[in-house]
Amino acid sequence: MDNKSRKYDRQLRLWGDHGQEALEAARICLINATAAGTETLKNLILPGVGSFQVLDGAKLTGEDVGNNFFFDRESIGKCRAKVTAELLAELNPDVSGDYVEEDVSMILKSNPSFFKSFDVVIASNVPERNLLPLGELLWNFNIPLVVVRAYGLIGYIRIVCKEHPVHDSRPENPLPDLRLDRPFPALVEFIDKLDLSTMPKKEHNHTPFLAIIYKYMEQWKKEHNGQLPLRNKSEFKDLIRSGILIHENGVPELEENFEEAIKNVNIALVPSQMSSEVRTLFEDKNANNLTKESCNFWVTVRAIKEFVENEGEGLLPVRGSIPDMFADTERYVQLQKIYRQKADEDAVAVFQHAERLLRDIGRPKTDLTELTVKHFCRNASFLRVIRCRSLQEEYEPSTASIGDIGMSARLAV
Amino acid sequence: MGFRNIDVIDMDTVDLSNLNRQFLFREKDVGKTKANVAAEFVNSRVPGCNVTPHFARIQDFDADFYRGFHIIVCGLDSIEARRWINSMMLSLLEYDADGQLNPASVKALVDGGTEGFKGNARVIFPGTSACVECTLDLYPPQINFPLCTIAHTPRLPEHCIEYVRVLLWPQEKPFGEDAPIDGDDVSHLKWIYEKALDRASQFGIEGVTYRLTQGVVKRIIPAVASTNAVVAASCATECFKIATCCAPPMNNYLVFNDVDGLYTYTFEAERRDDCAACSRKPTFLPMSMNDKLQNVVDHFVNSATLRMKAPAITTVIDGQSVPLYLSTIKSLEERLRPNLKKTLRELALVDGQELVVADSTTPTSRIFKLVFPAEAMDH
Repeated sequence: MDNKSRKYDRQLRLWGDHGQEALEAARICLINATAAGTETLKNLILPGVGSFQVLDGAKLTGEDVGNNFFFDRESIGKCRAKVTAELLAELNPDVSGDYVEEDVSMILKSNPSFFKSFDVVIASNVPERNLLPLGELLWNFNIPLVVVRAYGLIGYIRIVCKEHPVHDSRPENPLPDLRLDRPFPALVEFIDKLDLSTMPKKEHNHTPFLAIIYKYMEQWKKEHNGQLPLRNKSEFKDLIRSGILIHENGVPELEENFEEAIKNVNIALVPSQMSSEVRTLFEDKNANNLTKESCNFWVTVRAIKEFVENEGEGLLPVRGSIPDMFADTERYVQLQKIYRQKADEDAVAVFQHAERLLRDIGRPKTDLTELTVKHFCRNASFLRVIRCRSLQEEYEPSTASIGDIGMSARLAV
Repeated sequence: MGFRNIDVIDMDTVDLSNLNRQFLFREKDVGKTKANVAAEFVNSRVPGCNVTPHFARIQDFDADFYRGFHIIVCGLDSIEARRWINSMMLSLLEYDADGQLNPASVKALVDGGTEGFKGNARVIFPGTSACVECTLDLYPPQINFPLCTIAHTPRLPEHCIEYVRVLLWPQEKPFGEDAPIDGDDVSHLKWIYEKALDRASQFGIEGVTYRLTQGVVKRIIPAVASTNAVVAASCATECFKIATCCAPPMNNYLVFNDVDGLYTYTFEAERRDDCAACSRKPTFLPMSMNDKLQNVVDHFVNSATLRMKAPAITTVIDGQSVPLYLSTIKSLEERLRPNLKKTLRELALVDGQELVVADSTTPTSRIFKLVFPAEAMDH
């Protein structure tokens, strides 16, 4: 492992190599080197953000030294932005830092396109008369703004972000995508070949719980007019329990896989369906009115939508991963392969839709790779878009949530 | 913030993988003792601050040492260590003849910890608020893979790695008779990685990587600068409030999670009035006279509220201190081992007998009072 992988090891385990790449391509602007501002920047520099610039027209005072770890007494009177940039850059040689000795109001007046070269702007202790024009500027540039303020024991953060797509979140305990109620052919073929009634004991108590639940679901459906045991879960659990082998002395065997099956009935019976969040994405006008300027996220969302309405028969591409379960290696690995294979097939179908869509909007085929689309598909259930209100809307009496902040008595509307 | 007199205890040296978040260290400090480097950095950056480093374990210091502080702040990496310092602070408490707590003997304990994007911070006033033992169930026990899975039916790449760590290494002793696995030794990790790959290929399992191997062997917990900064800031603020009385301290446990958006919640962890560490009540141990000493040991180890590591049990019979079982000294362990199979009746233990139990999870011994059901008293 090279030095960088070793240094960043603990965080690579959270966001992976491509997350790290995205971080290292990012450029941050900090307006005003306050304690809160520099602390924020420190926590971006340590993990290796690409670059930063500190914009601050002030000179360092004694008060600044008293409340900020990044200042020292010798620097009193010097340019605050310069001192900050130097002491912050020292934290991580992989990061490049710079400064501009100027107040934000001057930049807004004389060189607003200065901000175009950043991916995120952090504004700390910026007064309203500058914050609102800054907010409007960044809103139009589509650059996220993080507003930060700290007073003694009170702090404030506001994220101003027009639209932020999320396509690689890692939810901690997601519901697994088992598809037992809507099984695909390869899964049915595999499970049909298993016969619980004739299996030798060792095979019986090492059969993956997925297969057990499926088999009993089929049996239940036969006995209940094709209905699933959604409202009779405890009866269904009893049915599964009845399948546990009984020893000659009348005592049921210890079959861990059957216990696992019973424990997982609730999860397995959750109907395979799209979440409302993903459905909302599909209904978004950005997904439905693709243009040449549409970003890859929306093109891919639309491609997945097309898949859902065709090959997917109402369902998202199969995720492809299954939880660990008590089973023999061979059959577990086989099951894993079956799910993964289906996920890959679904991803190829989505990719074909994506290629066609790119062609339709006049974009080069190379804009989306099969690997990127495959990655999207694996996370299809967790795709999200985050949208915030603009600062303007919040400060404007007619659009502000006046009732929520208890100001209705005081404002003349 | 203005604190001047700080002692830092850390038994570790700086590692390259620390640099993504531990901002007092630089690449040139790799290999040096953390306590020393941290002290030097802070002393030179903050004029008037006097940090005294101690390259040692917290267990290397006694009650007199800890009595010299007003506030103890912890960023420990194990529950065991937290329980130890918790018990140490409890042992400093002084009560007068009426059983009233002397407030001057109470030292605040501020504790923080993180794991990836999750973290927590808490404030403990020993003798008054919930202590670490009171809330042991907030720390879920470490999950290990079942041995039969590792030995016979591996399915995940982690199972293959554990196979090498738990079964193959003790069998093949690749680096010598008494060489335990050193997670920081690259040659050890490389050996484990290659053997794990072999095992995985035997079973058709994919996914064994060097990074995964390291993570499993060292039980690595992911860590980032930002989450640690949040928890550290919270702990520092609490220290400030406690020292200056400018605002009420946290009451008393903060949970932080920014995996999805941002979630935080503060609640009052409750004191257990039967807490083995802080309740000052004898802990009763209901047992049967026919239970074996092994059952007692198992209870101490497996109980969710006790979770001892290797309890050493002694008692007093006819005024003499009698060791019943301990595992830390080989010769004594061998001599006392047969006691494990004896019943409590055979060991001449009676209802109300006090067992004095020592363990690495506490600097002071704990006393448990045996309670035998009335019927069993018939001889």
